[in-house]
Amino acid sequence: MTRAIITVVGRDTVGIIAKVCTYLADKNINILDISQTIVQEFFNMMMIVDMSKCTSPFNTVADELAEVGTQTGVQVKCQLEDIFSKMHRI
Amino acid sequence: MINISEVIETNKMIEQENLDVRTITLGISLLDCADSDLDACCQKIYDKVTTMARDLVKTGEEISHEFAIPIVNKRISLTPISIVGSACCHTPNDYVKICQTLDRAAHEVGVNFIGGFSAVVSKGMTKSDELLIRSIPEALATTERICSSVNVGSTKTGINMDTVRLMGDIIKETAEATKDYDSLGCAKLVVLCNAPDDNPFMAGAFHGVSEADAIINVGVSGPGVVKYALEQMDKDGLQNFEVLCETIKRTAFKITRVGQLVAQEASARLNIPFGIIDLSLAPTPAIGDSVADILQCIGVERAGAPGTTAALALLNDQVKKGGVMASSYVGGLSGAFIPVSEDQGMIDAVNAGALTIEKLEAMTCVCSVGLDMIAIPGDTPNTTIAGIIADESAIGMVNQKTTAVRIIPVIGKDVGDTVEFGGLLGYAPVMPVNSFSCNRFVDRGGRIPAPIHSFKN
Repeated sequence: MTRAIITVVGRDTVGIIAKVCTYLADKNINILDISQTIVQEFFNMMMIVDMSKCTSPFNTVADELAEVGTQTGVQVKCQLEDIFSKMHRI
Repeated sequence: MINISEVIETNKMIEQENLDVRTITLGISLLDCADSDLDACCQKIYDKVTTMARDLVKTGEEISHEFAIPIVNKRISLTPISIVGSACCHTPNDYVKICQTLDRAAHEVGVNFIGGFSAVVSKGMTKSDELLIRSIPEALATTERICSSVNVGSTKTGINMDTVRLMGDIIKETAEATKDYDSLGCAKLVVLCNAPDDNPFMAGAFHGVSEADAIINVGVSGPGVVKYALEQMDKDGLQNFEVLCETIKRTAFKITRVGQLVAQEASARLNIPFGIIDLSLAPTPAIGDSVADILQCIGVERAGAPGTTAALALLNDQVKKGGVMASSYVGGLSGAFIPVSEDQGMIDAVNAGALTIEKLEAMTCVCSVGLDMIAIPGDTPNTTIAGIIADESAIGMVNQKTTAVRIIPVIGKDVGDTVEFGGLLGYAPVMPVNSFSCNRFVDRGGRIPAPIHSFKN
């Protein structure tokens, strides 16, 4: 399974999650977990997704998600999960 | 499963605290490129480097994109060229030609530096070593992306004082040859003692003869992350040394794990074995990405104040203790770097009058690597430069550690002037050098014997 972490950071606005989720559904990316929190008045959302059946290359998805973010005025990042699991798990 | 606070922490390190992987360095052996014909040798070198490193930059960028972690440099280290060229180089100009070939290869594959225009002469020079060393001024003046290093001593062999004396001349000649660019050539030339075979960091990187045909070495960084962690630690009052050391160790572990991940990915994708992680805190001129700032967080007003050497010693030790567990193989230089021009906190300390060359020399006893990126007056005598190299080599030899000298006698500039090197090399105030002579010492010739504690057999 190719797992990635998608983070959305920015001011809370209507429809952020909907837009990201619509994009993910189009690309056949399955959402495994969603959590969110507010840090210093900023909306922080994290999704753990499974990209093994994704129809596009990873870097394309990362770039297009960043573009979805730009259109909504938030920052969207898509990173392979390993960078977090290696750093925080022994 | 990873939780949101861990994700936020990692991304904050990358976005706000300058966490990056400083370099992926591909080590390539050129032993099979030796030839008695110079043109044939150059062609073999060019072909091997451009073939082996063809996908290095692209792969580095892909990894960087997928994990959203900056990988600042993609570089190459080579077998010391004085070995590769020994059969075909009969004049210094022949070595200049090889150097120019390497520069073309660097441009072709898109790396920003190739290291290994080097000679390892810890005990004595061969004719070939001497020709390479004498070619360095012109070689560095006529190329852009080549780094040169000369290893003049080791704990096992003592110090080759003939070469130390010669390097005093060569550094000055290199400064002269590149005087139109603030003597920039000297920023690409380092003199080492106990040079490691697997160092991924420039300017001292070369691919030692003990290494495999090709290897991936990775240098990690992250002074900004350590600084932020220490600031948070002391937020509610001054913590004791136990807490301080634990905080540095934990942070170093996290930083190094990222390096280990990148190294393994690069190794798998390029199908080249993983060599080592170099656990280094390498500063950049960016604000906050400074080893001097960490020393200030530990408790000295400026780098150079009393207590600085002790603070640096504990920092260096904790970085290693945290990093060693995070990586399967550790090597290279592994420690905190204290270059002047590449560290805004160091520059500020020099400008404030807190930091002198003598204090920097003391600091090099307890960290990697040595007197690094220090601008000195252009009229500093060659023998004085040789004396500085001898002092630094002695520290390395006796303490069984790597030491190095990368100083820049800036032609036409004096104490009070500032030199601009640009990019990651930064800028530096010209520092005063002790004006008393060491001529009679460095002109004796011969070598300093290995210290008694090197005889372990």
